[in-house]
Amino acid sequence: MMKFWKIKPSVGLLSIPYSFVFIFFFFIPLVLTLIISFWDYNEYSIIPDFILENYIYIFKDCFNFEKNMCVTFKTYISTFIFCFATWFFTLIIGFFVAYFLAFYVNSITWQIVLFLLCTIPFWTSNVIRMISWIPLLGRNGLVNDFLLYIGLTDTPQEWLLYSGFSIVLAFVHLYTLFMIVPIFNSMMRIDKSIIEAAYDNGANGLQILWNVIIPLCKPGIVIGSIFVITVVMGDFITIGIMGGQQVPSIGKIIYVEMSYLQLPAAAANAVILLALTLLIIWIMTKMIDIRKEL
Amino acid sequence: MLNKKNKTYYICVFFFCLFVLFLYGPTFTIILLSFQGPDGGLTFPLNGVSIYWFEELWRGGSVVDIGSAFKRSIILGLIVMVLTVLLSVSAGLAFRKKFWGSDMLFFATVASLIVPSIVLSLGVALQFRLLDDFTKWLGSTFDINYINEFFQTSLGMFTSGLGAQLTWTLPFGLLIMFAVFNRFDKSYEEAARDLGASPWKTFKEIVFPLIAPSIIGIALFGFTLSYDELARSSQVMGAGNTLPLELKGLTTTVTTPVIYALGTVTTFVSFSVIGISIVCYIWLKRNKG
Repeated sequence: MMKFWKIKPSVGLLSIPYSFVFIFFFFIPLVLTLIISFWDYNEYSIIPDFILENYIYIFKDCFNFEKNMCVTFKTYISTFIFCFATWFFTLIIGFFVAYFLAFYVNSITWQIVLFLLCTIPFWTSNVIRMISWIPLLGRNGLVNDFLLYIGLTDTPQEWLLYSGFSIVLAFVHLYTLFMIVPIFNSMMRIDKSIIEAAYDNGANGLQILWNVIIPLCKPGIVIGSIFVITVVMGDFITIGIMGGQQVPSIGKIIYVEMSYLQLPAAAANAVILLALTLLIIWIMTKMIDIRKEL
Repeated sequence: MLNKKNKTYYICVFFFCLFVLFLYGPTFTIILLSFQGPDGGLTFPLNGVSIYWFEELWRGGSVVDIGSAFKRSIILGLIVMVLTVLLSVSAGLAFRKKFWGSDMLFFATVASLIVPSIVLSLGVALQFRLLDDFTKWLGSTFDINYINEFFQTSLGMFTSGLGAQLTWTLPFGLLIMFAVFNRFDKSYEEAARDLGASPWKTFKEIVFPLIAPSIIGIALFGFTLSYDELARSSQVMGAGNTLPLELKGLTTTVTTPVIYALGTVTTFVSFSVIGISIVCYIWLKRNKG
């Protein structure tokens, strides 16, 4: 007779602690957020209920086109602009850095060293990396000193810091790595003989880049874009610090509502933010078959 | 076409150097400025060179209790590091074969990387709030003295804070394990098994030494990502803040180079951890053969 303690334990059981973390700290919290977004609340407590007021409040006046645009739409539009600008610059810079590492650095050791050089800042503090722009971009910063010195301007430029410009600059500074890694990964999978074949058939460098390398890098580009766009969509810290706490963001709205204990309202905003983020990802993944890449 | 020494090559090298300058330049500026003299301000020029602002930081000065925030961050980072290594290595071993729910778990792993951090932080905070309400309800309904007198909140650094950070560090750990096992030569393992080694012994003697350098990588991600984590931690740390949270608060209140001194100190910690990890990695790689 088979005794139950003789049943060979499956290796799959090793995933239980890992799964536990994701059930308890990922799955349940997100489901609760969805549920609580329909609850009622007063100054000190949240009340189980099923109401739509939290959502209605978010879109209050949004479809009344005679008035000015509502806060929600304004905030989302400003966030989309940050997303687009950050995406554009991280893509261009990330692509060329990856291109250099993949095709122009021939020794594996150098490839690893230079790749690490790009990665190390990712392991250091984001806040420090943000405030490190202050001595450069501030009113008395190095950039302004330089501009004054060469006579390009006779008053310090105010738009350099605590502005849309500094926000995008900080995003590009922090998150270009998210583009470099997947694009580099795609490039390393390209069979070098394909490029040689294109070259032998008379294609020039630009044609090879446009017709061979970029199409083959599409999956890496899409994965990198997903990372960059989602991180900007949900951000409130970079926009807060680099915008001098003056520029709105959805993350900031959620943050403020939480500090006033308007938890169901914050949850409703979070649900909309999450739904929009997922929609963007869904559209982007339509462009590639992500499973093939992993 | 990709022969070196042509014009494109030099343009690419130049571009890459600019990028590295862009990455590191600002950080080195504030490291430099943290050695500002006592009369110096937040920008250049340097008014003499001193360690005045580090002393100021050490004394506590105008700043909140940085010392204990620092200690808390290090301790939490170490715990997150150990858990990230243990959980992602064991999950990585499990993922070598399909198991019930493996697709779902993989999906959750990827989703966790792209869910906006503030949303996750809010969710975990809500969950612990409900847990608190439930505990208090238990206390009053069943007249449990301990709860009624002492219980305040289950929200805290080593409960909700730890969990929220793990949802950020574990995906990196598991993805590294995937990369490792994709390139893993199974024949050593099979040989050990054929010679009669138990699964545990096979793991200890064969698999573990082979993956040890990558485990250093996972530990590095575990510690540094926790030590610097901000967005996910923002709502769930309870009473005691971690260093990045304090630092974020300081950006709006502190107007002296003391904040640069603090930046220099935490950057030094990060760089030390990265340096030690790289040395360990190389050492383990060398000793493998």
